[in-house]
Amino acid sequence: MNINTTKIISLLFFIFSAFYLYTAYQIQVFAFDENAPFNARTFPIYLGYAGLFFSGLKLILPDPNTIKVDHKNLEYKNTGILILIAIIYGATILKVGYFLTTSLFLFASYYFLGERRWILMFLLSFPFVAAFMYLLHGILDIYLRDPFLQSIGVMG
Amino acid sequence: MIEGILIGLTTALTFQNILMVMVGCFFGTIIGMLPGLGPMTAIALMIPITYGFDPATGLILMAGVYYGAVFGGSTSSILLNAPGVPGTVATSFDGYPMAQQGKAGKALAIAAWSSFAGGTLSAIYLLFMAPSLSKVSLSFRSPDYFALMILGLTAIAAFSSKGQFLKAMMMVVLGLMLASVGQDSLSDITRFTFNNMNLTDGISFVLVVMATFAMSEALTIILKRNDPTSAAKQVSLTELGSIKINKEERTKMYKTIPRSSVIGFLIGVLPGAGATIASFLAYGMERNVVSDEEKEKFGKGSVNGLSAPETANNAACSGSFVPMLTLGIPGSGTTAVMLGALLGFGVQPGPRLYMTNPEIFWSIIMSMYIGMVILLILNLPLIPYIARILAVPKNYLIPLILFFSVTGIYVMSFNNFDIYLMIGIAVVATFLRLYDFPMPPLILAFVLGGLMEENLRRSLLLSNGSWEFLWDRTLTACILATTILIVIWHIYKTFKKKN
Repeated sequence: MNINTTKIISLLFFIFSAFYLYTAYQIQVFAFDENAPFNARTFPIYLGYAGLFFSGLKLILPDPNTIKVDHKNLEYKNTGILILIAIIYGATILKVGYFLTTSLFLFASYYFLGERRWILMFLLSFPFVAAFMYLLHGILDIYLRDPFLQSIGVMG
Repeated sequence: MIEGILIGLTTALTFQNILMVMVGCFFGTIIGMLPGLGPMTAIALMIPITYGFDPATGLILMAGVYYGAVFGGSTSSILLNAPGVPGTVATSFDGYPMAQQGKAGKALAIAAWSSFAGGTLSAIYLLFMAPSLSKVSLSFRSPDYFALMILGLTAIAAFSSKGQFLKAMMMVVLGLMLASVGQDSLSDITRFTFNNMNLTDGISFVLVVMATFAMSEALTIILKRNDPTSAAKQVSLTELGSIKINKEERTKMYKTIPRSSVIGFLIGVLPGAGATIASFLAYGMERNVVSDEEKEKFGKGSVNGLSAPETANNAACSGSFVPMLTLGIPGSGTTAVMLGALLGFGVQPGPRLYMTNPEIFWSIIMSMYIGMVILLILNLPLIPYIARILAVPKNYLIPLILFFSVTGIYVMSFNNFDIYLMIGIAVVATFLRLYDFPMPPLILAFVLGGLMEENLRRSLLLSNGSWEFLWDRTLTACILATTILIVIWHIYKTFKKKN
């Protein structure tokens, strides 16, 4: 069997399905439901077996359309930085508030992707987010939680 | 039906809804022109904005984005041989050679009129077919629905996987597994939550769509160093030439459009098939029915060869609304996103939608006509200007996509966990995309997961745990037989290709 990344993904999916199936069998159902034709664990059990079946087939059968990815040409660094910025954004958005974190997130993302036109970067972050917030909160009446703007009295 | 049409017109012709169709078509055309960012991403990005609307308006906006994206995809196909969406690949076969001959304006005009005619004709077919099918589908029972969902999932796996059927089926199973997280709908027993309170209500549909499409597409663009806006920059620089269509060309189009619209609509109705298959089939059929002299021109700038796929792909868009509106089962990934959004509005699509929410049902159909007119006005004279807006560097485009994704989740849940989960799913989806694991089957399975379990539950309880319900009713057996045929056909095709 020729080992390639697709096969490794299939193997991981096989293990994941086995774990899912094991967890499905552990689902606690009501005593009167235990022997019912269908209970809360029935569908997940079928899904677990289906996952084992398809990933097992993918593992066993030859793969005529092997996908080759040239990892040298992939931009891991910037992608990683962008993901990290998004995680920091997610971690701070509730405490700091939508306006400031979103504006900083956009500004930092532009910067890390190589942009250096500071005025454009500023316009497409702070005023842009303010306008978008006005659209959501002011016009469409969609609630946006923002402790920072509340603390300085901009938002009620 | 007349009453319904009037209700639909009244709703669709309000200022707000006309504005939404215009915004949707405009936004969809822009996204459709960007290779790699398809209608699903465009619709996903629109979801946060629709929270503030009523269901009809929200869906009208999303429908506008859908056919706008298909329409916009044809522009980059014709001018640059770089299809914005898969449904417009066949358009480039004759559209691009025509543009190279200095007839780019004419090619765009033919594409625009064909799309307009295809979309309008199929909206008429939808108008007549949807109510009748709604009435027929009232006789559907749980086993039929269960079998239909199996058919839909198998079909989308077969048609969207580019020869990677098993990978697509793995994505289907993964989608169903993600849908099973949270409380069981009947017993309220929690499943796969691992004592995490944030997972008790399950994983949000918007989260999965944003993660697997919007966010993961943005990450893929960065990872692969693609620049989707470069195509748009070139479009803005292209000389279009005259957009006039002469009498001979019009005569050719009059013959092509009706037959291609029928093919497009019928393929669109089929679960999982969609605009790509419709456009290729229409192109193939057109080549078979034209004269030998015309056949020679195919691939070198044939009017029929351009008109047929353009008519069919727009007709398929309207066709794909049929299973969603009448059965509550989306036929494609894009309509699955819309179905998820409708469920989010608290509207249950299906045969009863026609009776319980006629304003939604009819206004969507009516808005299609308005959308087609708007697209015609938009596509022809405004394309070079739209392309200039698109010449936004990817350094700005990518953060803005991420911003819309996070905002969509934030305004929905005000929860950090959901944002982390979205980033996690997006990273996994980006990795899977690198190895050609298709995402539309995952989305369709995720949307159908709950309904599928519900219908299987009812079927098994009614038949006392026996699987005989699968062949007890003729309709169920026929649907399952179709599913088996699709699988056998797919295996045969793969086997033939190998040899």
